[in-house]
Amino acid sequence: MQDKILDKSEVDALLERLGSEYDVYAPLRDQQGSVEWAALDSSSDLVWDFSNTGVSPKRFVFPQTECMMRFNNRSDDPEGMIMKQEQGLQRQQALLNIRPCDAKALKALDSIYCRDQTSNDVYWRDKREKTLYVGLACKSPCPTCFCTSVRCGPHYEEGLDILLVDLGERLLVRTLSEKGAELASNLSDAPDEAKQQAAQQKEEAEAAVRSQVGLENIQSRGIMELYEAPMWDREHESCLNCGVCTYVCPTCHCFDIQDETQGEHGRRVRNWDTCMSWLFTYHTSGHNPRGTKKDRFRQRFMHKFKYMPYKFDVIGCVGCGRCTQSCPVNIDVTEVVGEMNEPDLN
Amino acid sequence: MRNNNPYLPYPVRIKRVEIATEDRSLRTFELEFLHQEDADAFRYLPGQFAELSVPGYGEAPIGIASSPTEGDTLLFTVSKAGLLTSHLHSMSEGDVMGVRGPLGKSYPLQEMEGKNVLILAGGYAVTTLRSTMVWLLHPDNRPKYGDITFVYGARTPGMILYKELLEEWETNSDANIHLTIDNEAPGWDKHVGFVPQIAEKIEPSPQNAMALVCGPPVMIKFTQPVLDKQGWQSDQIIMSLENRMKCGIGICGRCNVGPHYVCKDGPVFSKAELDELPKEY
Ligand SMILES: Cc1cc2nc3c(=O)[nH]c(=O)nc-3n(C[C@H](O)[C@H](O)[C@H](O)COP(=O)(O)OP(=O)(O)OC[C@H]3O[C@@H](n4cnc5c(N)ncnc54)[C@H](O)[C@@H]3O)c2cc1C
Ligand code: SF4
Ligand code: SF4
Ligand code: FES
Repeated sequence: MQDKILDKSEVDALLERLGSEYDVYAPLRDQQGSVEWAALDSSSDLVWDFSNTGVSPKRFVFPQTECMMRFNNRSDDPEGMIMKQEQGLQRQQALLNIRPCDAKALKALDSIYCRDQTSNDVYWRDKREKTLYVGLACKSPCPTCFCTSVRCGPHYEEGLDILLVDLGERLLVRTLSEKGAELASNLSDAPDEAKQQAAQQKEEAEAAVRSQVGLENIQSRGIMELYEAPMWDREHESCLNCGVCTYVCPTCHCFDIQDETQGEHGRRVRNWDTCMSWLFTYHTSGHNPRGTKKDRFRQRFMHKFKYMPYKFDVIGCVGCGRCTQSCPVNIDVTEVVGEMNEPDLN
Repeated sequence: MRNNNPYLPYPVRIKRVEIATEDRSLRTFELEFLHQEDADAFRYLPGQFAELSVPGYGEAPIGIASSPTEGDTLLFTVSKAGLLTSHLHSMSEGDVMGVRGPLGKSYPLQEMEGKNVLILAGGYAVTTLRSTMVWLLHPDNRPKYGDITFVYGARTPGMILYKELLEEWETNSDANIHLTIDNEAPGWDKHVGFVPQIAEKIEPSPQNAMALVCGPPVMIKFTQPVLDKQGWQSDQIIMSLENRMKCGIGICGRCNVGPHYVCKDGPVFSKAELDELPKEY
């Protein structure tokens, strides 16, 4: 790890270097005034004072629709009906000003997408390896952020190649990987005063994360104790099973696989899917193991806060607060998790 | 690239199709690999399954009915259920499709060594138990196991799968074979009644034994009290689950029962394991 310094007026030089090797994306202000991920054309478009994007950047590694393979849809052709793998990413990509929580989310999902030799998702890994993560530390967390409760934080470093700390006219550039170090190699070392300023900002930002939730009782409780708790009868009621929480969430990673054909062209694609959907678990026989809204609501929270920690030792949430912000019936993730963690579960 | 992309099916050709039951709802497919190196790479054990890939229709997880002791071709018995399986029923010998796998865990064949084996099968869930029986009865494996008792129930005589093989076991093997149908039928001189009733009648001893139980939910439901009464413990009972699947490798997220993925951590679980988990199957 090294701390370097970069004047904001010199960001162009860094971008030029990036652009020669990478397709660069960043959170940019769109015509409606909201900040969302888009391709970066000019450094003057960069936004330094946003809270976070409405939709997470997971699509750069896990696109909403992704072609996995193609086939010639003709059974009379000797080459027909045989799947051919789709090529990987042609050019490397850089995610500039990614929030630490969003980078951590991708890192957490590696434990599922690359669990072992037989469960090694080549599409995921290809993009993970060809992506550079240049983070931007958070200055003013939103009221819905609770990253510090879920082993994350506004200056969290795991999953990043570089962490930028906005010091006003200058940026502190903290290199966190070899790739990151190489990119920052011609910058000068940060003076102590800048390092101190960054450290102070970290403390202030962490203190500014007001929303908190405990997980210790969830951890010590058995799976069935949590699963059978009466709270689910109350908590699920207002849920519409619309699934928006799972689409905006940086750690929701479920997908469906479908074949598409048009004449002699065929492809097999995967699409984002959601455990909120009835079809997600429906058997052709008519049986549905998660047939009720309550079953599906409970799955989402149990998966993130009990099953993933139990199985992979990672929390399936980075505390970004997007699900709370986008929920049409105001379900607050910290409230539900708070109930799961109550000393007397009921 | 194929070997390291777990989503890419091996191309196979339908070598043989057989209408397996009188109501024509089940067909058995024998598939041969287009490339020998793929056949070599596909190393499986009884209890595992594969995704059958039919380009244009998608994939369906199906238990492997053949045993690796039978050679390089694979057997699957498929019920006509929805889109893909209906299309599969219309396909013919010579057609090219794909197979992806082997997937999931096998039956605990090692743990079963030195023990008596009880197999209770109902309906077409018998597929992976066919595989298991062929494997157990193979001369290389037979000496490692004690008594083998195989109970298999179907609605009618015409719904019994793998008839020739069953006859072969009845006459030429030392396994105790009990076949049963739901109601009396002309010419039928074997058991009549449901699998749990037969299990009650033959009173299999739980002493140094393991039971593999596979069948429709009602069979499981009524078999359990019988086994309980006979003193079987939950860690002696092995079951195989069937949840909706897509990826088959523990990534797409839909087949979970609690923290475990049926496709990767199962489909084979002991009853003791399932007792600790939500009944989401
Ligand atoms: C481990 C395992 C072993 C199985 N073994 C056999 C077998 O030996 N013989 C047999 O006939 N059937 C078996 N099944 C059930 C079989 O997978 C479904 O009947 C089949 O997927 C239906 O597909 P479809 O496209 O015709 O139906 P559609 O309704 O058109 O299916 C849509 C998709 O949903 C999924 N799906 C729907 N129902 C199920 C289900 N019950 N299980 C898994 N995925 C489902 C599949 O991905 C399917 O392609 C098994 C299922 C599992 C999980
Ligand atoms: S569950 Fe909600 S707060 Fe947690 S990572 Fe997903 S969207 Fe963010
Ligand atoms: S919460 Fe639901 S959609 Fe999100 S990862 Fe878990 S199972 Fe998948
Ligand atoms: S089928 Fe995808 S996780 Fe089991």
